[in-house]
Amino acid sequence: MAWLTDAEAKAKRKTDIGPPHFGQFLPPVIKKNYGKWKHHERLDAGTMVHVGESGDKVFTVRVGSPRILSTETIREMLDIADKHCDGYIRFTTRNNVEFMTPDEAKVAPLKKDLKSKGYAIGGIGPRITNMVHTQGWVHCHSACTDASGLVKAIMDDVYPYFEEKELPNKVRLALACCVNMCGAVHCSDIAVVAVHRKVPVIDHTRLSNMCEIPTTIASCPTRAISPDPAKKSVKINPDKCMYCGNCFTVCPPIDIHNPENDGVAIVVGGKIGSLRTGPKFSKLAIPFFYNEPPRWPKVVAAVRNIIETYAKGAKKHERVGEWIERIGWESFFKQTKIEFTYQHIDDFTFMRDTMRNSAAFKY
Amino acid sequence: MKKYETPLLDELEKGPWPSFVKEIKRAGKTNEMANDELGQLEKSYRDRKGYWKHGGIVGVLGYGGGVIGRYSSLPEEFPKVAHFHTVRINQPSGFFYSTKALREICDIWDKYGSGLTNVHGSTGDLVLLGTTTPALEPIFAEYTSRGWDLGGSGSAMRTPSCCIGQARCEWANIDTMEICHQMTQKYQDELHRPAFPYKFKIKVAGCAVDCVAAIARADCSVIGTWKGKIAVDQDAVKWYAKNGMDIVKEIVWMCPTECMSYDGKALTIDDENCSRCMHCIAKMTKALKPTGKKGVSILIGSKAPIVVGSLLSWVVVPFMEVKPPYDDLKGLIDKIIEWWDENAKPRERIGEVIEMKGMRGFLEHIGVPPQPQQVREPRKDPFFFWTESDLKK
Repeated sequence: MAWLTDAEAKAKRKTDIGPPHFGQFLPPVIKKNYGKWKHHERLDAGTMVHVGESGDKVFTVRVGSPRILSTETIREMLDIADKHCDGYIRFTTRNNVEFMTPDEAKVAPLKKDLKSKGYAIGGIGPRITNMVHTQGWVHCHSACTDASGLVKAIMDDVYPYFEEKELPNKVRLALACCVNMCGAVHCSDIAVVAVHRKVPVIDHTRLSNMCEIPTTIASCPTRAISPDPAKKSVKINPDKCMYCGNCFTVCPPIDIHNPENDGVAIVVGGKIGSLRTGPKFSKLAIPFFYNEPPRWPKVVAAVRNIIETYAKGAKKHERVGEWIERIGWESFFKQTKIEFTYQHIDDFTFMRDTMRNSAAFKY
Repeated sequence: MKKYETPLLDELEKGPWPSFVKEIKRAGKTNEMANDELGQLEKSYRDRKGYWKHGGIVGVLGYGGGVIGRYSSLPEEFPKVAHFHTVRINQPSGFFYSTKALREICDIWDKYGSGLTNVHGSTGDLVLLGTTTPALEPIFAEYTSRGWDLGGSGSAMRTPSCCIGQARCEWANIDTMEICHQMTQKYQDELHRPAFPYKFKIKVAGCAVDCVAAIARADCSVIGTWKGKIAVDQDAVKWYAKNGMDIVKEIVWMCPTECMSYDGKALTIDDENCSRCMHCIAKMTKALKPTGKKGVSILIGSKAPIVVGSLLSWVVVPFMEVKPPYDDLKGLIDKIIEWWDENAKPRERIGEVIEMKGMRGFLEHIGVPPQPQQVREPRKDPFFFWTESDLKK
C-alpha cells in the first residue's frame, strides 16, 4: 500500500475532531443495558457475568496482555472477537483484554479458542492481575531499568495467583522504570521503582550550548544546582542531590545514567480506592537491587516473599497496606525478614509525619 | 532483514505470562523498525542501559502535541530506529472497539510504522510505538480522515480517561464514559496545543473503588457518588450468608464507620453514619444498592513524585449533581485551570501550586466554600491568616 502523498494528506487531514463517540463500539447487550446493570458474579478466575435489570446477561472473559502488542497479535484477537463476540472487543485500565458475549453457550468455546492460542485467562477477583508499567529500555530516554522484562519475570513467577489461587484481597502490582512514575506505582500494593544512586555527571561543553541555565537550576527540588559562571555551566552540590533526574529531563548534558549503580527499589502498601481506608501511597520496603537482566531473580524472589507473607498473615478482604497498618511496620519487617536501613527513614519532606511518637510498639 | 542474536531476550519468551519479546519478534519478522528495536533492546539488556535520546520537537502541522519524538543514540548500529517516534491516538471512552475499527487502526499502522503498539499507554491513549518524521503527516491524515484524533502530550490537557462506568458496572453512580467524552471534546484546543504551565489530567471514576486511579493520578479527579440511603435486599443478604459469607466478620466488622449490624437474619445500616466507602456494596453487590441523589465528588491535585513528592487529590467539591451536557462541570474545570494558569511557575502541577499559594485562594477563585468534608482534620497550628473581610464579620 502506497503512502499518502503530501497533497493527499493535506486534503484529507482534519483537526480537533477528538475521539470517535464510544456509542458505536458498544456490543448490543451493553448498549441495551447501559446504566441498568443489577449485579455481577465472578464465575472463575477469568470469567464473570453481569446481569441487567432486564434479565439480560453479559459474560466477560479476561486475558492478560504484555501491553506491547504487535498488530499481528491484535488481529488474532480481533478474529477471536469476530468469531465469538459479535465483532467487539474491550481493554481494561490495566491493559487486560476483555471478550464479551451475551450467550452463555459461547463462553466455553471462546475460552477453548483463547487457550489453544496460548492466551492467559485470569486476574479477576482477589488475585493478581496485569502489572501497570512503563516503557523502560524499549522506548524511554530516562529509564534506569527495563519495564517489560521485569514485569514478565514477576508475572511468570506469580502466575498461579493470576490463573487460580486466591489471596486475601486483590494485590495490585506496578512498575516504573524511573521516578517519573508514568503509572500508578506510588499507590500500589507492591511496586518496583527504578532509582539512581549517584550524582549526575555534567558535560559542561554541551551544557553551555544546549541548556537554559535558570531553567536547569529551577528544575532541582532540593536546590542542589547553582551557577558555575567560569564554565558557563552549573555545578551540583552532592550533599543535597537525591538523584531524582529532573535536571536531566530539562537538560540532557547532565547525565544521570550509571549502569553500575542504577537499579530498583520495592515499595509496598499503597492503594487507590477508598474502600474501608482511604487511598494510600506505597512505602519503602527494600531500597535497592542491582539490575540483573534478563530475569532479575532477586527482585522476583523479594516480591514473592512479600506476597506470601501477606497471604499468610492478612485477614480476608485486607489489602497489603491495611494488613501492614494493623500489624505495624515493625512487624512487617520482622515477618518478611527484610532488613531495615537508613534509607527507610524519611529525610526528604515527610520525616515529621513518619517518625513514631508513641511509646507503644512491638518487637 | 538483519538478523540479531538475542540470547538474553530469548529468556523472556519462556514462562506462562504473555511475552513482549514474542510481540517484538512477531512484528520484526516483516518490519525492519521492529527488528532493529529488538537488536537495540538486546544491547540494552547486555549493557544495562537504555539507548534512546531525549525527544526532539516533532509533530503535525498546527498541533504541539500528540507525537513524542524519539531517536536512537546508536543510529549507525540500528538505522531503522534512528527515528522511532510515538504517536498517541485518543482512545474511545471505556476502551471499547469494534473489530472493524481496530483492524483499520492496525492496517494504517503497518503501512507507516513499526507494527508495535501499547494498548494502551499509562494515561489511556492507544499508543503507536515507533515511526519516522516524514510519516507523521500522512499518518495524521489517515487517522483523522477516519474519525480518530491525537491525544495530548507536553504541557497540555492530557487525554482524559475513565472507568467502564455504566456500560457494564452496577456500581457506577454517573455516566463516566459520556463525561469523559464530553470533557475530551471540550478541551480539544488545550489538548492539542500545549499552553499550560505543565500537564493537566482529568480522570473519571464511577464510584469510590476508582478503577481508573483518578485520586492517585489525575490533577482533576471526578468520582461518582450519591447522597441517600443504601437499600438492603434482605433475601440477597440471606443468599450471601447461605453461600459461605461470614457477614459479621467480612462486612460488619470491616465497616470503617461501624454503621452496620447483623443479627443473623437482617442487615441494618445506620445511613447517617455511612461514609460511602463501597466496601459492603463491593462485597455484597446483589444485596446493597445506593439510592437517592447521584452526583460527583471532585478532588484536585494528585501527581507522581516529580518534583517534590507525590500527591493524592484533595476533596474540593464534596458533592455536585451533574447532568448532560455537563456545563456546570465544564465551567468548574475552566475556573480551576484558570487559577492554576495564573499562579503556576513553569512545570508546576496544580497540587503543588495549591500547596504554595494556599487552599483558600484557590477555593475562593472557584467559588467553593470551606466545608468539613474537605479535610481529614482542621489545622493543628495557631498561625492563621485573616483578611479584611473576615475581620468585618
